[in-house]
Amino acid sequence: MANPDLDTLRLSPESLALIDAEIAKYPADQKQSAVMGALRIAQMEKGWLKPELIEYVADYLEMPAIAAYEVATFYNMYDTQPVGRHKITVCTNLPCALMGANEIAEHLKKRLGIGFGETTEDGRYTLKEGECMGACGDAPMCLHNNHAMHTHLTPEKVDELLDKLK
Amino acid sequence: MSLLKPTPQVCSWTQALDHPASLATYVANGGYQALRRVVTEQMPADVIIGELKTSALRGRGGAGFPTGLKWSFMPRAFPGDKYIVCNSDEGEPGTFKDRDILRYNPHQLIEGMAIAGYVLGARVGYNYIHGEIFEIYEIFERALKEAREAGYLGDQLFGTDFCFQLHAHHGYGAYICGEETALLESIEGKKGQPRFKPPFPASFGLYGKPTTINNTETLASVPWIVQHGGQAFLELGKPNNGGPKLFSVSGHVNKPGNYEVPLGTPFSELLQMAGGVRNGHKLKAVIPGGSSAPVLPGAIMMDCTMDFDSIAKAGSMLGSGAVIVMDETVCMVRALERLSYFYHEESCGQCTPCREGTGWMYRIIHRIEHGQGRTEDLELLNSVAGHIGGHTICALGDAAAMPVQSFLKHFGDEFAYHVEHKRCMV
Repeated sequence: MANPDLDTLRLSPESLALIDAEIAKYPADQKQSAVMGALRIAQMEKGWLKPELIEYVADYLEMPAIAAYEVATFYNMYDTQPVGRHKITVCTNLPCALMGANEIAEHLKKRLGIGFGETTEDGRYTLKEGECMGACGDAPMCLHNNHAMHTHLTPEKVDELLDKLK
Repeated sequence: MSLLKPTPQVCSWTQALDHPASLATYVANGGYQALRRVVTEQMPADVIIGELKTSALRGRGGAGFPTGLKWSFMPRAFPGDKYIVCNSDEGEPGTFKDRDILRYNPHQLIEGMAIAGYVLGARVGYNYIHGEIFEIYEIFERALKEAREAGYLGDQLFGTDFCFQLHAHHGYGAYICGEETALLESIEGKKGQPRFKPPFPASFGLYGKPTTINNTETLASVPWIVQHGGQAFLELGKPNNGGPKLFSVSGHVNKPGNYEVPLGTPFSELLQMAGGVRNGHKLKAVIPGGSSAPVLPGAIMMDCTMDFDSIAKAGSMLGSGAVIVMDETVCMVRALERLSYFYHEESCGQCTPCREGTGWMYRIIHRIEHGQGRTEDLELLNSVAGHIGGHTICALGDAAAMPVQSFLKHFGDEFAYHVEHKRCMV
């Protein structure tokens, strides 16, 4: 690896164990299949995917770095730019919009003082506009850090959520 | 609502029970008996495919292709690796039914996939789950662990030679991966760009091996059909449209949610189950099969029954069964603007007509919505849509074109009003 800064990139034994569990799902000669999971695990630990981290993951999976970059930039839940500690993604697609998602998005923008694709100055929140999350019946909704889905949102529920996230 | 008794609920029956997703609940209600029977009695694959054909089970992911026919394409005798893949990459706006199967009835899907593995000669399966429902992915991973520990997945099942391994794979934010060959690319650890067909996955699929890909609801219906027979499933629906189906109802209804009803149920009844149009408003329009399906005016929908043939006859598609309901307050220009943005955002960029055309259509609709439309725009929109549809590797191009064409066809006067008056008529 060309990067001198290896120690700050190295993933924890816990993360590596999780990546190994992903690798085990696929045929022995198809380690690249684990890249979706591995990039997610790396992002969970380090916050976002800087180029050197993507290279580290590619090395670990014995795949070309460019192929891992392609994946990291193609799928929109990977963050290839720094994000706040709490990334909040709001779906505004048609079914959600019919059920009040734009009002929720406006409330979030006002509360946080930022627009879509922006991060608060204190690095606490990033707000993103999302596409269909496959949970339209529970709209309006948002996704917190690519993981917890908060559904049936009202401005009050949004306030409660924001107050809980430090 | 046991799996043993024919009931109209094939996929959602566990929801009425305590701990619906648990192995104990599933097994206590007859779960995994179909798999046990198939494997221990060494039921011939042709017999099961025959039952599927009788059942008139049609793919629940959107295309409505007959499942028995699809399974018969698989070269079962081909030596070497073969795969069964489940498409749980549910991201078609309006669709949220597979999420409920995964979180309330994961074992029925696992059982269906194991039976598919047996029939198709696949010893390994993957379930590709939409990345945004990561909590549901974790529920499914737990169900897999339970099934392995109980001996329903793994080596030498029920003391026979049959081995079947099943794994979960997650997406991470790409609508296009719901397209089956993009999904295969994604499992291989690549960008989700659809492949040219032919070759079809049955001959060149995952890792270049014969592969069958079915939707979650389709595979989850298989144990029921094996247990009760294809004829019983067919009788739950109507000819050529076997079984019940999950309909995801969203938008302007009082009780949005999933409703599993027999194919052929009048739309008016489904709307009533979903609590009717919100606040007593008037029904304006319905997208009956997910955002890619052509929109239909409410009056036409009220005469339709919910099955593949009736909706096709009315000029749309049953698709994934995602019913997006819009009341009289909806501006159709704004609604289409948001859908067009989605297709532009999610185009994988591989084919020029889709990559360039989706952005072009979005920009035209955006300017109409913002009072800058030109008189020639409606014709231009139809022309661009016409040049995308049918000219791309995968169906995303058609999916982007059909909403545009149908919104203009049925609600063209609203678009013309926007252009002429620089504002909305609603």
